Amino acid sequence: MTNTDETERQRLARIRPGLEKRANIYRIVRSFFCDRGFLEVETPVRAPTIAPELHIEPFESEGYFLSTSPELYMKRLLSAEYEKLFQISHCFRKDEKGKQHNPEFIMLEWYRTGGDYMQMIDDTEQLVVHIADTLHLGMHIPYQGHMIDITPPWLRVTVKDAFMKHTGWDPVTAGDLSNFDIDLVTKIMPAFPMNRPIILMDYPASMASLSRINSSNPQVAERAEVFIGGMELANAFSELTDPDQQRKRFQSEIEQISKERSRTHIMPEKFLDSLMYLQPCGGIALGIDRLIMLFNDTNIIDDVVAFPEA
Amino acid sequence: MATDIEDIRKNSKLLINAIPYNVDDAEFMKPGKGRAIYRLKLRNLQDGSAFERTFHSGEKVDEVSVTSQEMQYLYKQDDHYIFMNTETFEQTFLDEALIGNKKGFLKDGTIVNVLLMGEKTLDITLPNFVELKVIESAVSNKTDTVTSQAKMVVLETGVSIGVPTFIKEGDILKIDTRSGSYVERITAKK
Repeated sequence: MTNTDETERQRLARIRPGLEKRANIYRIVRSFFCDRGFLEVETPVRAPTIAPELHIEPFESEGYFLSTSPELYMKRLLSAEYEKLFQISHCFRKDEKGKQHNPEFIMLEWYRTGGDYMQMIDDTEQLVVHIADTLHLGMHIPYQGHMIDITPPWLRVTVKDAFMKHTGWDPVTAGDLSNFDIDLVTKIMPAFPMNRPIILMDYPASMASLSRINSSNPQVAERAEVFIGGMELANAFSELTDPDQQRKRFQSEIEQISKERSRTHIMPEKFLDSLMYLQPCGGIALGIDRLIMLFNDTNIIDDVVAFPEA
Repeated sequence: MATDIEDIRKNSKLLINAIPYNVDDAEFMKPGKGRAIYRLKLRNLQDGSAFERTFHSGEKVDEVSVTSQEMQYLYKQDDHYIFMNTETFEQTFLDEALIGNKKGFLKDGTIVNVLLMGEKTLDITLPNFVELKVIESAVSNKTDTVTSQAKMVVLETGVSIGVPTFIKEGDILKIDTRSGSYVERITAKK
């Protein structure tokens, strides 16, 4: 992945511009949200319970877990009427090491009471435009030999349309979704344009995770993902506020984890208790390392992390 | 040995349908909330051909230990070509069928690279150049002299190759084993 003949000192000298841009982007992100009335918060990196997710494996820490995402804590704050929140936090996911993955990475999450998934996408467009503007790039980001035109609104495509076009099957009506992920990364993502960001939206209801089901089309969840320059950048939800429905989904996920991963997962009770107070809101999680990769014209995460895992 | 796909790295060796492959590259891809996908670039260790294959997390593959060892070719016995590790003097063999066309450039005493999977010999790599003696030379056909490799000779290994007309029986020739072609004459017949 990196040049193995390089010493640590040489490597750190080479990636310095990337780390300087990281610091600069943090400043821009913080001022973007502060100027719009969002409160920056910090929540535990080491937590007694985390959201059960079959495909996200946590690191255990003396009976606790290292945070895989700050989502549950963010919603507990929202439930206590903190209306607009953001956080830049360290997250940890076991075995996720690759060109665009590091087991420890930085997540930018923000939430809006009264918002929905598409409003979070609008925010993302504004945020990326604001960063590009502050870095004097205007509406075009040079990336991997392409000029990405970030003029809003970005392209939007439903999961149904994207899959029908490039794979010939519709995950929204299909019973078996076992090929969803492989088709997404090997057929759908490579077909996305490199010169425009694109939003993949309206995921199958069974992939809702912590998002709410669309009231006019119960086959889909109000969930959207942002793709830029071949990278999955962010995942947005209209947040599910129904504690009973959320408990059922968690229960089914916990059963799957126990069956497939032989791991006992604890139900996040405090989070579920808080949900009864949660007002309709939108939330989004953005991998800020990838945002920094984008503005640093690299598709290798190790180029923007001082000490990536080997 | 069944290994989790998660533990496969670049240069791991896999056995798929009884054919050994080298992992030339292993790419980890994962949708944020989805299953991990591993895209492997595989190289067939027997014929060098390459292909890509995608695996889901949770899949298992057969990992094998493949090593390369310098050995000396000793002799042929029935259908077996016998090689010896020059340090340990241990011997191993490779079937004539697996040696294929390489047998035409394999002379007793030649040092080759032997690819081993455990105790089993998979393949050999010849030195790029070998020196072989001409044992039979046809009379040159005068009309062929316009081309540089105008006549066929038989080498001591039994293989026939095209050479210039001045080559005679007893000459030692330098042969490129990759193309199987004549390079130059090392010594003239005394």
